[in-house]
Amino acid sequence: MLRLEKLVKTYKTGDQALKAVELEIPEGQVLALIGPSGAGKSTLIRCINRLVEPSSGKVYLGEVELTGLSSGALRLERRRMGMIFQEYALVERLTVMENVLSGRLGYVGFWRSFLRRFPQSDIDEAFRLLDRVGLAHMADKRADELSGGQRQRVGICRALIQNPALLLVDEPTASLDPKTSRQIMRLICELCQERGLAAIINIHDVALAQMFVQRVIGLRAGAVEFDGPPDGLSPDVLTSIYGEEDWAATIEEVDNEDDEDEAAV
Amino acid sequence: MSTAEFNVADRLGQPWKKPPFVKRPWLRWTLLIGFLVYLIAAYLTIEVNWSRVYEGLERGKKFVLAFTSPDFTSRSSDIWEGMLESIVMTVASSVVGIAISIPIALGAARNVAPLPVYFICRGIVAISRALQEIIVAILLVAIFGFGPLAGFLTLSFATIGFLSKLLAEDIESMDKVQAEAIKASGARWSQWINYGVQPQVMPRLIGLSIYRVDINFRESAILGLVGAGGIGATLNTAFDRYEYDTAAAILLIIIIIVMALEYLSGIIRARVQ
Repeated sequence: MLRLEKLVKTYKTGDQALKAVELEIPEGQVLALIGPSGAGKSTLIRCINRLVEPSSGKVYLGEVELTGLSSGALRLERRRMGMIFQEYALVERLTVMENVLSGRLGYVGFWRSFLRRFPQSDIDEAFRLLDRVGLAHMADKRADELSGGQRQRVGICRALIQNPALLLVDEPTASLDPKTSRQIMRLICELCQERGLAAIINIHDVALAQMFVQRVIGLRAGAVEFDGPPDGLSPDVLTSIYGEEDWAATIEEVDNEDDEDEAAV
Repeated sequence: MSTAEFNVADRLGQPWKKPPFVKRPWLRWTLLIGFLVYLIAAYLTIEVNWSRVYEGLERGKKFVLAFTSPDFTSRSSDIWEGMLESIVMTVASSVVGIAISIPIALGAARNVAPLPVYFICRGIVAISRALQEIIVAILLVAIFGFGPLAGFLTLSFATIGFLSKLLAEDIESMDKVQAEAIKASGARWSQWINYGVQPQVMPRLIGLSIYRVDINFRESAILGLVGAGGIGATLNTAFDRYEYDTAAAILLIIIIIVMALEYLSGIIRARVQ
């Protein structure tokens, strides 16, 4: 569904953020991207929808090759890639509803969006999504009145209303407390399953990633260091990704939390 | 985790001071003393003619005392006409100036506009800011003749430089990620501006616009002095005739209107936060 071929990104400063990354993601697979800060995780997902222009290499979304597209064609393809951001990236001075509907901007003309007269089907879908994440009653609140977890749920609605085939998720839990982090991760993964979406989730928290995803990619200095199932993350593997550290606690913690989780359900 | 070079034992018991802004002591002291010497020398060059000041005090006193008995009535029709003209000039030039400023501000913001557009718009801003209102007014009065048309054009022109520059700076310092999120949804450029940029800069735009209306009104009182119409022309005439009581009346009206605008802008800005 998504295929990266020899994707390279070299910044103007000369830093090579991505070194010929090869990656293939089948339909409906949720994948976690882990790695130390500066390993190129954010750059990788931004190169896919070209918020950052890759230096070379190819990105195939389905049959379409993205890196060679004109800006107009890219705009149409961006509609198929929903993005969820670190620190939510809601437009703070717009209402919750406007933020959700902004996910439809790729589908409606300028004047319609300018006058906020979106098609009824979009409005219905927005309410359905907000209701799904438990925020329908907040539709007319301004985004900056919401708590962190609520904002991120609005961010999820905004990405989903695009009706995407792929979700690009950049550190969705970076500024959330542990409980909310889990709820958000669970919500993202559930929604992906419901809608058969593929997703790439950048995440710092290895334990959290292991809890929810089917596949983990470890990135180190712009190159794929590990690609496998979550339980393949042994201390040796984590050392190869992050460097020397005592990993026993991290991994053990996961097992315990998993048990607790199941008990709680 | 301390580095090998740093030996804590040497530093203990010693006072700590914030590192100075200019590191070399001789340079630091030269700059400081040099500035003080210049300052004193500069003040010494200002000549004061004390006998002239003594004479002038009498005139000044008359002027100030006129405020205790402002004359609104004897020239009331002139004042009313001038005031109306000033208000028309203010409103018209502010609306036109702001309307032109917004696209120029977008062009002058490096994170929104491509480089060639950026240079053109920055050029327009620079020209507008370099030419002082009075100079522009004198030129426009020469072209269009005496009257409010010259004043209206002058103020519109000045508004562009002021508003475009400050708005462009606000656009440049906006939160990039919010705008990025809109772009990632596949929005057009125009939609991106409308959803990603405009909400972020709206409070600033409204605040600056009200402030500019305020400035334009005050400027309209000045521009009359060079023949560009408005209350300034009436004020100028009053001074020429040594009618300080009428001048005082005009100044009081200007002060009241400016204060009212200030009060209004406070209310509006509180509401658009």
